[in-house]
Amino acid sequence: MRHSTRIAVGPVQFRIGSDWAGPVAALERLYAGYPEDDARPADATVRLFAARPWRRWLRPSVHIGGDFVVPDALPLPLSMGLLAAEMGMNLQVALGWRRHMLLHASAVAKDGRALIMSGESGSGKSTLAALLGEGGWRLMGDEFTLIDPAGGDAFAFPRAVSIKNEAIAEVSARVDAARLGPLLAGTPKGDIRHLIPRPDAIAAMHEPARPALLLFPRFGGETTIEPMGEGEAFVRLTEASTNYVALGEAGFAALTRLVRETPAFGISYPDSAAGIALVGQLWADAAT
Amino acid sequence: MSAVRAFVDLLAARRDPGALVPRDWEGVIGVARSEAMLATLANRLADADLPPAVAALFADQRAAAQVAQRQALWEAEMARRALAPAGIEFVLLKGAAYAAAGMACAAGRQIGDLDILVLASDIRRAENALLNAGWEWVKSDPYDDHYYRAHMHELPPLIHKARDRMIDVHHTILPRTHRITPDALALISDAVTSNGGHAVLCPQDMAVHCAAHMLADGDLQGGLRNLWDFHTMTRDFAAADAGFWGKLDGRAALHGLQAAVHRAARLARDLYGATLPGGWDRQDPTDAWFRRRLLARDDWGRVTKPLLEQAFYIRSHWLRMPPAMLARHLWTKWRKR
Repeated sequence: MRHSTRIAVGPVQFRIGSDWAGPVAALERLYAGYPEDDARPADATVRLFAARPWRRWLRPSVHIGGDFVVPDALPLPLSMGLLAAEMGMNLQVALGWRRHMLLHASAVAKDGRALIMSGESGSGKSTLAALLGEGGWRLMGDEFTLIDPAGGDAFAFPRAVSIKNEAIAEVSARVDAARLGPLLAGTPKGDIRHLIPRPDAIAAMHEPARPALLLFPRFGGETTIEPMGEGEAFVRLTEASTNYVALGEAGFAALTRLVRETPAFGISYPDSAAGIALVGQLWADAAT
Repeated sequence: MSAVRAFVDLLAARRDPGALVPRDWEGVIGVARSEAMLATLANRLADADLPPAVAALFADQRAAAQVAQRQALWEAEMARRALAPAGIEFVLLKGAAYAAAGMACAAGRQIGDLDILVLASDIRRAENALLNAGWEWVKSDPYDDHYYRAHMHELPPLIHKARDRMIDVHHTILPRTHRITPDALALISDAVTSNGGHAVLCPQDMAVHCAAHMLADGDLQGGLRNLWDFHTMTRDFAAADAGFWGKLDGRAALHGLQAAVHRAARLARDLYGATLPGGWDRQDPTDAWFRRRLLARDDWGRVTKPLLEQAFYIRSHWLRMPPAMLARHLWTKWRKR
């Protein structure tokens, strides 16, 4: 393709091709601090392309393609090329990765132990992970957490964090502007701004962490903590996993072990400060 | 180096995997994924000395394909349990059949829907038995539903509501409206029992069906995979039975599919290095179009010859139905766009 770049996030090596220079330049800025291994062939391919040649210039719209595609996915305007790239990368991992069990969850780690937060979009899992990652935690990722089916360890997928809507102001107030991507306003997912993880989180992206605490956050409402049984955590995580069924028996064994060995809670919190305080409290209990 | 050429050469064992540089691998992996054959390649190169990242990816693919195959065979067992009480026997087709029979092409082969063949006289009862056992119609419009029932060689696809898996119930192997009418009764009456206990087509019919599916019915999407199936099965059948090619010729003639079977054999020779006996080992200038279509992928896994692709799409429809009907069909489809 006309423009291309290569990005390694956690265990996945991507190559991303594009009909336009813009999305590739934006990606290269966000991922400049990530390790590059030119001797490593890509596991996954993403293609950002114009449906017709003239649509590269005339009302340019970015179609998302690659090894795996979603039929009938709507294209995005070129100004949201970065979001298209992110969606393409997520899609390849969600549908193509088989080495680990994928959880649609954010995660942070401390002392080799992981806190995993699973929830729908809007649950606040990305924001909480980003804010914890600016504190004393290692950010493992805001989108996918990878569980090794053999050993049960969690592995990181620390892509650039996708900060959305109201959380943008809160996060940008705390970090150096050089660590933020451009504001993508009015996307189908609302306003988005990417946060580049701290260099230590990127440097440690291949280090496993033992799952120690599972949280199912819900942003908004009173502060509450509800202990969650193994059965409910199991069912919720099967729904949060994109490859649980495809892994067969190995997936079942990995998930069973995860919910048996890891205490789980549903939490609600009215604001980020309360969320962080809740996490601190539950982590202190889980870590003892 | 063209990635699709390298991919085909690796399958055919014409190229040393040690000679590929990382950028070559990237293209090969991309093409193999586009052809849904990455796990096939991974099995083919299971013993090769590969770069660590490639070896790790291939190991993932082999393991995943094994799980997928077990799931596909479980689906065949579910169909058996649904149909056996009604006394309906069926023959497994395509991927599930190759897996049930433990054939070489099954190693790493992607298996999509479960394809089964029943007697035409059993088809309504089979549909009822499946509906009673938890399958349901994939929501489709009345035109499509009518089209399937009146003109196709299979029921409208059914999907299982709990397991989310599709089943295609065939009563023959080409659409009713196709210019060629294979002998469906012979397909079923000469079926054999695989080691796994399921009925599968006899070797000759299996090869005939594979060629028909690739060259007489489809538009060559997934053609490299179908051709790989055809190549490995004919190679192994011929190794087990010296008279195989002769029997295949006779059987292809019975079904009216000699041209497709012979072309498949020549393409397997040209792309995968198959050895053909006399009488088969000919040249046909029109094969070049098919080779071009099969190899029309760039290093990013994209189809490179859209006009050729379109031409093969039109050809598949042309073979499938008479001209007046084709015009009516395309008109209806166009108005629904």
